[in-house]
Amino acid sequence: MTPGRAWGRTPYYVLAGGLAIIFLFPMVWTAWASVAGQPGTAQESGLGLGNYRRLLEYDAGLWRYLANSAIVSVLTVALTLGVSLLGGYAFARFDFPGRNALFLLTLAILMVPYATLLIPLYVLLGDLGLQNSYLGLSLVLAMYQLPFATFMMRISFEAVPRELEESALMDGCGTFGALRRVLLPAVVPGLITVGLFAFLAAWNDFIAPLILISDGEKAPLPLAVANLRQQSMGAIDYGVTEAGVVVLAVPCLLLFLLLQRHYMRGFMSGALKG
Amino acid sequence: MSSLPHHRAAAPAARRRPWWRSRAARGAAYATPTAVFVAVLFVLPLLLVGRMSASEWPLLAGDRGLNLPENYPDVVGNQLFWPAVRFTLLYTGIVTVALLGLALLLALLVQEARPGTGFLRTAYFLPSVLGLASASLLFWGLYSPAIGPIGPLLRRLGLVEGDVSFLGSPGAALASTVFLVVWKFAGFYMLILLVGLQRIPVEVYEAARIDGARRGQIFRSVTLPLLRPSLALTLILCVTGSLLAFDQFFILTKGGPDNSTVTVVQLIYREAFQRLDLGTAAALSMLLLVVLLVLNALQFRGLRRADER
Repeated sequence: MTPGRAWGRTPYYVLAGGLAIIFLFPMVWTAWASVAGQPGTAQESGLGLGNYRRLLEYDAGLWRYLANSAIVSVLTVALTLGVSLLGGYAFARFDFPGRNALFLLTLAILMVPYATLLIPLYVLLGDLGLQNSYLGLSLVLAMYQLPFATFMMRISFEAVPRELEESALMDGCGTFGALRRVLLPAVVPGLITVGLFAFLAAWNDFIAPLILISDGEKAPLPLAVANLRQQSMGAIDYGVTEAGVVVLAVPCLLLFLLLQRHYMRGFMSGALKG
Repeated sequence: MSSLPHHRAAAPAARRRPWWRSRAARGAAYATPTAVFVAVLFVLPLLLVGRMSASEWPLLAGDRGLNLPENYPDVVGNQLFWPAVRFTLLYTGIVTVALLGLALLLALLVQEARPGTGFLRTAYFLPSVLGLASASLLFWGLYSPAIGPIGPLLRRLGLVEGDVSFLGSPGAALASTVFLVVWKFAGFYMLILLVGLQRIPVEVYEAARIDGARRGQIFRSVTLPLLRPSLALTLILCVTGSLLAFDQFFILTKGGPDNSTVTVVQLIYREAFQRLDLGTAAALSMLLLVVLLVLNALQFRGLRRADER
């Protein structure tokens, strides 16, 4: 690169770099604020983990809320994967009455606002005895994942050559045997993408647990951290809140960095849909 | 595809199989979990919200029978209804312009592979990985007078004196929330636009350059028209998402100051869980559903017309 060209790029790097700082600053600041000393927080001065220690003891305790979030996220991922694996197989490889209508109806979930369904779901889960339960919440979260998951698994199955499945059927496998032995390994990347998106959605969701979970002990972490602000007596404890934000953010950032390729794949298919 | 008839001919027994062993029945069986999910958790609630909106339905007492159309005038008569509608529309307009403008700028900045663009893409995209509730809690601290770093920074630079209030006045609360939302989602929309940009064939740009087009001209008459499908997708996502805004206002402003930042979805929540009236909450949900369906239909029609051109 000649010096002249490097100079010509300076405005670009000033603008792009400045924007990068603005985008990174809030996250770096949170990490810092969660350990830095502040009067009125659990970490009065110096650097330390006082805020995290207080978070561990807060109400039902951080471990309890983490466990709530983990249970709901794992249940949601399992339900989403199970339903969309079988559904994707059906839509991609079988012809049955009502196939197109069901597929369109599944995609139509995207057209209906979240909030519209939560009020009747609150009543419905009550009738089913699933109000205030991890399973009820996970069922609702998985339902919202279905349009993306079904679409993703359908195109994953369609990308597998038919000959693979047919040779398995010739060898005496049933359709389920063919799915398990031959097709499943071929659609693993699709499953990882679907699972990743389902996990992130379940881990981060706020309004569904706010409405469907009334027992504070059962609150997932985002709801618990938001509640924590209101419950601390007198002065508001910002330090603990920012420690909670860090605990919430770390799994998301790690998963993103580890599974970036799968993340982008989901994105491409979503973006191409339009 | 071509091997399918051959396969059928090779297995004539298939025709004599009972119906429950046919391929169609197998397919239907695999689709059953999806059908149950969609029926119980989507279609049934959709029917239920319609009935609830036509019924007297207190949160604690449950269904008290039909009272059509009482809930609808009740909802529209709520003194917060029109302010909430107006605020939601205002918020949607501002967010859409700011977010899509910035996302397009970011996508253009990182479009070409130069040294450092990989880092820049990741930096712009990282906030999108956080949940909206986490991001709102983050900014709640960032904007706080107690530990927020921005006020002291501005004071040190001599730009302001005294405390900076980010959430104290209606205008400041709206601007602060818009900043949070733009920060959280710009990378996400950048990525959609980036996918669109990279689908534009290089030859088109080369042809334009050979014809002597300048950069601005190329942007206006090549990039923007060819990017229209991606722009339309981001527009639909952004408008729909903003009309349904909840988390950011519930956490950051709590609808304040003086109910100036109450959105429509927040109003649904308040009807249901503060005024304990599921009937009016359902009526409001129905109104929202109708508005969004109409809006989506219009946008899809616009999209199709753009495709035909």
